[in-house]
Amino acid sequence: MNDLTLMRKNLFRKPMRTTLLLISIFIAFLMFGVMVSFDRAISNFSTLPTRMVTMSRINFTETLPIAHYDSVARTEGVAVATHTNWFGGYYRDPAKGFLPVFAVEPESYLKVYADDLRIPAAQRETFLKDRTAMLVPEAIAKRLQWHVGQRIPLNSNIYSQADGSHTWAFTLAGIIPPGPTGSRANNVLIRYDYFNETISFGRDRIGWVAFLTTSAKLNDKVAHAIDARFANSSDETSTQDEAAFTKGFTAQFGDIALVVTLVVGAAFAAILLIVGTTMALAVRERTREVGVMKTLGFSSGRILRMVLGESLLLALLGGGLGLLGADGLLALLAKIGGGRGSPIEFAPSVIGWAALIALVLGLITGFAPALGAYRMRITDAFGRR
Amino acid sequence: MTDLIRLNDVEKSYVRGKEKITIFDKLNLHFEAGDFVAVMGPSGSGKTTLLNLLGGTDRPDKGAIEFEGQPIEKLSEGKLTAWRSANVGFIFQFYNLMPILNAAQNVELPLLLTRLSPAKRRENVATALKIVGLEDRARHRPREMSGGQQQRVAIARAIVSDPKLLLCDEPTGDLDRTTADEILSTLQVLNRDLGKTIVMVTHDAEAAKFAKRVLHLDKGRFDERELAA
Repeated sequence: MNDLTLMRKNLFRKPMRTTLLLISIFIAFLMFGVMVSFDRAISNFSTLPTRMVTMSRINFTETLPIAHYDSVARTEGVAVATHTNWFGGYYRDPAKGFLPVFAVEPESYLKVYADDLRIPAAQRETFLKDRTAMLVPEAIAKRLQWHVGQRIPLNSNIYSQADGSHTWAFTLAGIIPPGPTGSRANNVLIRYDYFNETISFGRDRIGWVAFLTTSAKLNDKVAHAIDARFANSSDETSTQDEAAFTKGFTAQFGDIALVVTLVVGAAFAAILLIVGTTMALAVRERTREVGVMKTLGFSSGRILRMVLGESLLLALLGGGLGLLGADGLLALLAKIGGGRGSPIEFAPSVIGWAALIALVLGLITGFAPALGAYRMRITDAFGRR
Repeated sequence: MTDLIRLNDVEKSYVRGKEKITIFDKLNLHFEAGDFVAVMGPSGSGKTTLLNLLGGTDRPDKGAIEFEGQPIEKLSEGKLTAWRSANVGFIFQFYNLMPILNAAQNVELPLLLTRLSPAKRRENVATALKIVGLEDRARHRPREMSGGQQQRVAIARAIVSDPKLLLCDEPTGDLDRTTADEILSTLQVLNRDLGKTIVMVTHDAEAAKFAKRVLHLDKGRFDERELAA
């Protein structure tokens, strides 16, 4: 037996009360883990400082004429450009099989996003040669049990073919290895030429142009030149670096960081009051025992440390379980999602913050009862029954 | 015999509301090593305050308390706590065992303050439980034992660190006569065979008969004839 044994036994002397406290702390840390991971996932995306995007000035759902691509590619300071169309794909059942499918110009796209897409050379060659070829992220291929060489019918809930069909047949040319959170490695890629030939409307239109500049220092100049060229045309553009483009995209969900701060802050404030009050009550119930321990020779400082240790143990245990729960929940969501969009992964940096919060939570909730036990006089402890 | 503990001109008072209540006024008292003294007196006479002063759980306003010739009343809180754990064992009326710990763990509690190894601690606990006749109840929690058994565990806890002085506050106040006599007999054995000095506060005249001598306390003053005897 040692002090830790005493702390543990004191903590669980009323299992129901401790379990309820643990559940409340668990929920707060679960929310913290999930929401901060979500925030990290949408704010930490894979990009390059020289990568820029030109899209319609109205918004990214408006298409641009293909001629804009050629014009952007020829702009001074642009190293390489590509273009992308949102296909709006699903596999068999639109309710279950949503897929992030993009129609791209293959050769230039693989250059512009070379940092994200590390596709085996042979599969890359197939994608470049076969007009019906398709590249699929590893997670989606696994979930749908697809294999290289397989013919796969994909449907679009936006486009249709000339015969009215919404279904296109593609050959799975390659598997895209997992990339960093927010990278293009999570998207299904089909070829624009095949897509453009077969659609019944919107032909020769593109979603947006992505390009690399020769130097990040030229970004502003290049953006200004492109947007000035299309000013007062029927298809005005907005050019910005990819980081700003993605931030703008996520901003449509609202200020996630503020929401996370407010929700998690409110949860922790409530926990602070609940745990603090309960800890104070629990230690007050043990007034006589504290008196006995002091009588036996336990110093006030040691008793203070034991009470603080008890509240720290509670906070760390509840917090640890909450983070495990968050990790498990995110993994479950990723599994259910099966590659639909970029999966939200548990951010390891959450652990450090959570440990710090648990530490502060434990110290604050334990401070008042610990100080009370520290100051308690033996004669008073036995006088209070 | 030599004095184990001595009180010299001890004064102690409490403030209750606006009223100052004097418990002891220039109290002089000594207990010899190996003595077994029963202190009797009406409620409010100062019996518990005396135990608190002897055990270092309270301090005198004035005067000195010497243990084996060394003053203890001016020791720092930390040193006084260390002195108490090394030299004094306490036995309470309501046992005051930790409900979350079993008998062996309750007895082991004072040994957590020593540098003894876990193995040595277990050995000492087993010895203490054997002395009080509860070696077969080591794994039982307080709620699984009778009042008498709980008080035996409390005695084992009081003696496990081998203190010279045992302070007993109404140790049989919550027990039936037969069980009380068994507990008092155990205290006699501790005094006679192990040489423990025992100061026992009691209201019970039958319990007092187990002591070597009885002191009567009333309004903070002892019977001078008993002190002189």
